[in-house]
This record gives sequence, C-alpha cells and structure tokens, in this order.
Amino acid sequence: MDIPYTIEARPDTGVYNAKLGVWLFLASEIMLFGGLFSAYIFLRIGAPEWPGEMADHVYHRASEVLNVPLAALNTFILIGSSVTIVMSWASLMLKRFDRYKLYMGLTILLAFGFLVVKGFEYGSKFSHGLFPSESNFLAIYFVLTGLHGLHVIGGIVVNAYFLGPGAKMWATNPRRFTNRIEIAGLYWHFVDIVWIFLFPTIYLL
Amino acid sequence: MSDAHSPEEVKEHIRVYLYVFGALAVLTVVTVAVGYFHLPILPALVLALVIALIKGGLVASYFMHLMTEKRLIYWLLIMTLVFLLAMFALFVSAYHGQDGTLVVA
Repeated sequence: MDIPYTIEARPDTGVYNAKLGVWLFLASEIMLFGGLFSAYIFLRIGAPEWPGEMADHVYHRASEVLNVPLAALNTFILIGSSVTIVMSWASLMLKRFDRYKLYMGLTILLAFGFLVVKGFEYGSKFSHGLFPSESNFLAIYFVLTGLHGLHVIGGIVVNAYFLGPGAKMWATNPRRFTNRIEIAGLYWHFVDIVWIFLFPTIYLL
Repeated sequence: MSDAHSPEEVKEHIRVYLYVFGALAVLTVVTVAVGYFHLPILPALVLALVIALIKGGLVASYFMHLMTEKRLIYWLLIMTLVFLLAMFALFVSAYHGQDGTLVVA
C-alpha cells in the first residue's frame, strides 16, 4: 500500500502529509514543555528565595549554582547544528548527496557534543551533592534540561537513521527523502528553540 | 514542494541561513552579557524573553521555513499558542487565588 501525499502537497491542506503530521507533533511538544515551564513559573513565584537553599548554602542567583559558560557553549553548539541540518536539506535540494552526508554527520556530531557538555554539567552537580531531590530549583532544572536532553538523544537516533540505512531512499525516491530531511529538520529546530528559551530563563534569571 | 525551488533560489536560501546564524550567535552573546549586568528581575526577565523570542522567531521563520508556510500550519500554531497562554494564565491565576499577591522571587 502506498502512503498518499508523501511528495505532492495534499490539495486541502496545502502541505505533504508528513509535514502536517510533524507540525501536529510539535504542537503537542509545545504543550509538554509549556506545562513544565508553567511548573517552573509557579514554583518560582511562590518561592521566598530563588534558587534558594541547597547543600547547606543559600544561593541568590541561578548563575551561582549553574555553569553559564558551558550552557552558553551548548547554545552555540545547538544553533550551529540547526544550521548544519538545514544545510543538509539544502544540499539535497541541490542534488549534492555528498554534501548532505557531510552536513548530517556534522549535525549528529554537534548533538553528541551538546550531550558531552551536558554530561560534564550534570557530573559536577552530582559531585557537589546537588541532586534533583535537594531543592525545587534543582528538581525543575533537572526535569527541564533532562527532558530536553532526551529530545536531543531522540534527534540523534532519527538523524543517524537518515545518515545510515534510511539514506538508501535517496537512490529510489529522492524527493520523498528530501521531504523526510526537511521534517527531521523541523523537529531538530524545535529542540534548538526549546534550548533558546531554557538557557536564559533557567541559567541567567 | 521539493521541486518548487530552483538551484539559484536554494543558493540564496543558504546565504540567508548564514546571516541568520550570525544573528543568532550575536544575540546569544548579548543574552549572556545581559546576564552579567545583574539587572533587577523584571527588566532582566523582559529583556531575556524579548531576546529569546527574537532568536526563536529567527529559527522558526528561516530554518523552519515559516516565512513561506501554508495557512493551515499558521492556524495550527496560533491555536497552540492560545492553549499555551491559557495554560500559563491558569497557573498564575491559581497562585493569585491563595493570598491575592504575586511575589516574584
């Protein structure tokens, strides 16, 4: 059975089906992260001190607890990976499969780089006894950045499939493959946008 | 949609992507710099959100091609934003209900 409208736009929606599907998925993701952002706002406006007491210290700024330079580095890594994944799509539009592989490979490498930096951050928190159970601040920090990290891992899995076994479709159905990379990109840009909001609101305020 | 772009158009897109990358990098530096000023919470919050909205808007408009997307996608996103804001409003109003004051730590 053929899945309809994988290449051509469906006349009533104006887009190919997978694009609408991914946008609907991203809408649900906005509500998922939005719910946790609400929890963060709620915890914060109710707190007498933020980030407050943890491991026998009272902190007055999140930047005293969290590593701002590492998080800023991760911001650069993620916006860089957004550029490389959109370049991988543009390469397919120019029928440059070699360039596609280069840019998709770079995207995956940058995503791993993000996780390594995040791992260092988590590691230094744990080594100072700063666990999610220690305070509301740490709880919401680990939940929000942890869920975001899981999304990065999910993106790596999907992008690695499109670099590896999934790339065979370029030979048999290049237009459909190009659309797949476009919507994999939509997801990846969403993960970037979540971080663009997480970084200032959690680390810098 | 894939074949609707000529190679020249795609090359023009690539140029724009690199400009957007530059803008995002500059705005990230601005975000961090503002953080070091230790502004009072309200101006700091407004400034951080404005910069984040500009950055998110750039990514969505250019990398996610929302500049030239179909109306259905716009409607889908507008509805999502309405629900998102309603959820934020519910949380904040619930807090107001307890003692009538809004304290920002």
